[in-house]
Amino acid sequence: MYSQALNNAPAEPAADDPRFQARIDAEDRIEPNDAMPEAYRRTLIRQISQHAHSEIVGMLPEGNWITRAPSLRRKAALLAKVQDEGGHGLYLYAAAETLGVSREELVDQLLSGRAKYSSIFNYPTLSWADIGTIGWLVDGAAIMNQIPLCRCSYGPYARAMIRVCKEESFHQRQGYEIMLTLCRGTEEQKAMAQDALNRWWWPCLMMFGPPDTLSPHSDTSMRWKIKRFTNDSLRQKFVDATVPQGLHLGLTFPDPALRLDETTGHWAFGEIDWDEFRRVLSGDGPCNRERLAARRKAHADGAWVREAAQAWAAKQAAGREAA
Amino acid sequence: MATTSIFPGESPDIQTRLALADDALILGHRTSEWTGHAPLLEEELALANIALDLIGQARALYQAAGELTGHSEDELAFLRDPAAFRNALIVELPNGDFAFTIARLFFVSVASDRRWRAGFDDPALSAVAEKAMKETAYHIRHAAEWLIRLGDGTGESHRRAQEAVDALWPYTGEITDNRAAWLQAVAPVLIRATLQQPKDSWMQSGGRDGRHTEHLGHLLAEMQILPRTFPGARW
Repeated sequence: MYSQALNNAPAEPAADDPRFQARIDAEDRIEPNDAMPEAYRRTLIRQISQHAHSEIVGMLPEGNWITRAPSLRRKAALLAKVQDEGGHGLYLYAAAETLGVSREELVDQLLSGRAKYSSIFNYPTLSWADIGTIGWLVDGAAIMNQIPLCRCSYGPYARAMIRVCKEESFHQRQGYEIMLTLCRGTEEQKAMAQDALNRWWWPCLMMFGPPDTLSPHSDTSMRWKIKRFTNDSLRQKFVDATVPQGLHLGLTFPDPALRLDETTGHWAFGEIDWDEFRRVLSGDGPCNRERLAARRKAHADGAWVREAAQAWAAKQAAGREAA
Repeated sequence: MATTSIFPGESPDIQTRLALADDALILGHRTSEWTGHAPLLEEELALANIALDLIGQARALYQAAGELTGHSEDELAFLRDPAAFRNALIVELPNGDFAFTIARLFFVSVASDRRWRAGFDDPALSAVAEKAMKETAYHIRHAAEWLIRLGDGTGESHRRAQEAVDALWPYTGEITDNRAAWLQAVAPVLIRATLQQPKDSWMQSGGRDGRHTEHLGHLLAEMQILPRTFPGARW
């Protein structure tokens, strides 16, 4: 197996090995066969696989509208977007595999509920405007998070993110264009857009993770240049970029405290409900059980298909040996 | 209350274009239902690709039909009642299991391939056929490779594949007007898949005349809900 072939890497440095840190500080890219501290490897496996799981689970809320997309052009675009997400998942699982873990193990962690994925996908998509909002806000937030990852110290992850970010920014523009069409449409369409923004705004702000004061993995990740900006700074960047876009649409944000701070030039916003964030992350969100059940069902229903493919391949191999 | 439904003309040229377009759209729609639920990630991407090809073909064909009817591709897809659809019954059947989906894709793609290759007097259709031919060749290859793996895989996959072939067989009469040629393309794959070719007997029909199964109404109710609920809205 590929992941095993990489295991003859040199002896593993300690987490605080100065030579490893010097490579990081010199902006050197760490590659699969390089020596790396076990904690660096584990952090990356956790982060890359959570990212991959998020792409795969994220196919479900948007997939919910493929059969009801309101025009053939929108149907094709949505299907292609959801397919892109599946492609990102595949790409990211492959990046995680370079760290010596198999895709099967990672999928098993997701299905058994041990692995986390982005909390945002535990919210329901209730109208067509949710598809626009997800593209505009969720993909917009993902881009904010992911652009710095294109410079992540781990080479395969950084390279994967370059392609992922290109596609995400296309999705973001597409989502905004759906919103623009709705907001220039009938009263009912505009109401649909406003309702979607009302429901998605706060969960999107939560996508950047807990506040810096409470973020458990931040310090080491920053030191290892897996992460380059703190949760709060990325969140602020997102709010600053997004609020003018929403105002341009003629929509209002569901936050009475939102205002432009003339002195800093930043948009100040209200208190995020961190109880809701923790609750959804720990399994008690509107769709957690459904999302996981859907993934488990697809995996279980597909077992006989995967077995058939393996059995056929084994027969072919045996046939070749006999010949 | 006024209905939002449209009724395009009955001329043979219109009906031919609509039948091709409806086949592609409805099979594309069914295939897209797998998104997020496929047996493995690679297949997730492949099925989405195939669905995208089919929806793309449908759009080109509706645009061709629109030249004769004056209706847009979206009006033709979203504002016709079930009885105005001209697709073959086989494409509207629910997906069933993966074996059913794959066997249907194979049978229909073989028929489509022959139609694209036979050529059209109608230049609008020739243009569509030229592009669609390449896509359909890939659909055949993908479906045939899977059918062979399912048929000649495990005991369970063989049983499921055979059940799918048997269940679909009576619906294959409607998808081709040259049965001998269709059988000639299908039979070698069934043999490689170690599947029994069912005997030809009574065949289902009616789709080309707008007499459908119970399933199309549900499919369209779902697909058409937004344009039907908000008449005149742009999306």
